Amino acid sequence: MAESKCAGRLTAAGLAVVLLAGCAHGGKGDPRAPDTVKARAAQTVPFTLQNTGSDTLVNLALAWAERYMAGHPAVRISVTGGGSGTGIASLINGTIQIANASREMSQEEIAAAKKNGITPVRFTVALDAIAVVENPNNPVTGLTLSQVSDLYTGRLRTWSQVGGENRPVVLLSRESNSGTYVYFLEQVVRRGNPKGAELFSPETLLMPSSEGITTEVRQNRNAIGYDGLGYVTPDLKKVAIARGSNAPYVLPSAQTVRDGSYPVSRPLYMYTAGEPDGQIKAYLDWVMKDGQELVKELGFVPLPGSSQ
Amino acid sequence: MSGAASGGAARVSPPLRKSRTRAGEFAVEAFIRVLGFSTIGFVVLIFLFLLREGVPAFFEVPLNGFFSTRWYPTFKLFGTLPLILGSVLVTVASIAIALPLGVATAVFVREVAPRWAREVLKPVIEVLAGIPSVVLGFFGMTYVAPLVRELLGAPTGLTAFSGALLLAYMALPTIISVAEDALDSVPRSYRDAGLAMGATRWQTIWRVVVPAGRSGILTAVMLGMGRAIGETMAVMMVTGNAAVMPTSLAFLFKPVRTMTATIAAEMGEVARGSTHYHALFGIGIILFVLTFLINLAAAKAIFQKRRRGGLR
Repeated sequence: MAESKCAGRLTAAGLAVVLLAGCAHGGKGDPRAPDTVKARAAQTVPFTLQNTGSDTLVNLALAWAERYMAGHPAVRISVTGGGSGTGIASLINGTIQIANASREMSQEEIAAAKKNGITPVRFTVALDAIAVVENPNNPVTGLTLSQVSDLYTGRLRTWSQVGGENRPVVLLSRESNSGTYVYFLEQVVRRGNPKGAELFSPETLLMPSSEGITTEVRQNRNAIGYDGLGYVTPDLKKVAIARGSNAPYVLPSAQTVRDGSYPVSRPLYMYTAGEPDGQIKAYLDWVMKDGQELVKELGFVPLPGSSQ
Repeated sequence: MSGAASGGAARVSPPLRKSRTRAGEFAVEAFIRVLGFSTIGFVVLIFLFLLREGVPAFFEVPLNGFFSTRWYPTFKLFGTLPLILGSVLVTVASIAIALPLGVATAVFVREVAPRWAREVLKPVIEVLAGIPSVVLGFFGMTYVAPLVRELLGAPTGLTAFSGALLLAYMALPTIISVAEDALDSVPRSYRDAGLAMGATRWQTIWRVVVPAGRSGILTAVMLGMGRAIGETMAVMMVTGNAAVMPTSLAFLFKPVRTMTATIAAEMGEVARGSTHYHALFGIGIILFVLTFLINLAAAKAIFQKRRRGGLR
């Protein structure tokens, strides 16, 4: 019974941690010595922390949880993905303690949380850059923000219009439920004006996963895509981005994100329900200090104040 | 049937035993009846749930907005027309591919293949039906889509056509089994008569046997279509999911977005009770109605076949 319950939860990337958190104390006790088992359980009853949200953050959150639990055996952290909206919705419903988000909570979401008696508190835990990627055989090396915007709205339709080969452009995007989608739309397609009228061209292919974008860009010379810097595999070509036609073209990297020269970067957040205290506060403090050393390993950019 | 059986038993059984048998039989019959009706009950409940969650969409989004041409849920544009046409395009194309292949396979298995080949082929075809669609989708994404792009010179291989290919593959086992049953039910005397009239084997199959099983083959197509239009995972992985209006046949070789892929991709994220949420259930209702109509057509074809005894 305990096994089948856990099997159902193994879908998300939180596999290892869920195993630890969910199944470790779900096993059958020794039937001959029930009192001993009970006593032992009472001694080490772990503090369980549910952490859900952004798919961009899920691998980093998992690494943090694993490292933290190794040093704090009394704490169990279970991490699942599902998207920023999923994490925020769970925080609003009160089913989790920490929501991962790659975007800020909307006014509607904050209002919904307040209605449930929850005041969300925001913590910046890492920095992320969105890289525009293309096939390694594509000769285009740099694009301005407005060129990327024009490509994604469908105003420019061939690579030759941005200095490349005479080939049609195939636009790839994450699904509209992804935090990366919203960020890219507001920051790039609408060039920083969230209330702008620009929309993704209806011909944009919406891929259900990062893997879908990677596969298509690797195979297809016509394709242009975008994804979190941490998810860009070495077999894709990153495009240097310029803020304007006279500005320098900057490749995304930890250095250029931290010094602010790369234009498409953003903070990543963890939200708690109310000011955190006790174990939750201890964990967040750790994440923002010692945890930062894991950030770089996973392809994100550590916070500027940290020693990394 | 049961009356005749218990009447026969009454002559040999003592009265007490007879009544116990009757009571037991009644209990079993009642149990089976409850199970049978509960299935219908569940279907009705699911439909009611779908209506409860989906009907508000038709009030929150004006009807001309719900059937307009732009699907941008993030910006409150809920035009489902591109999704409906996307599903129809992919489904019809898949049946156009699967029908000739399926009927030809059924004819081969039933009419041409030697007995041993038939006994190998039938279970193999049934195994085809058991391949999980996500596996097919992954195969489609990594092999079929690049192949389609290179062979057709299309900008991308994530097209309606790639989806149709995978769906055809998925609908094939259904079409083959049902079409084969239909050919099986054509009386042997038809074949004998055809051959006795001096027709060749091919003429007998093509002019006599296949037309006689026509309504059964139509059922096979309808069932295959029902399978194809409801398929989600593989379609979401290979059709590109771009919500464009497929206004001409050329869109077969361009990305499209189907109703099922839209529901699957977006349902995980929507806020419960929002317009977007209701709109997704609204799409569910449209899908349900389409599938229902297809199954109704299939049932009608079966009914006609019974009435005519498979004669036409």
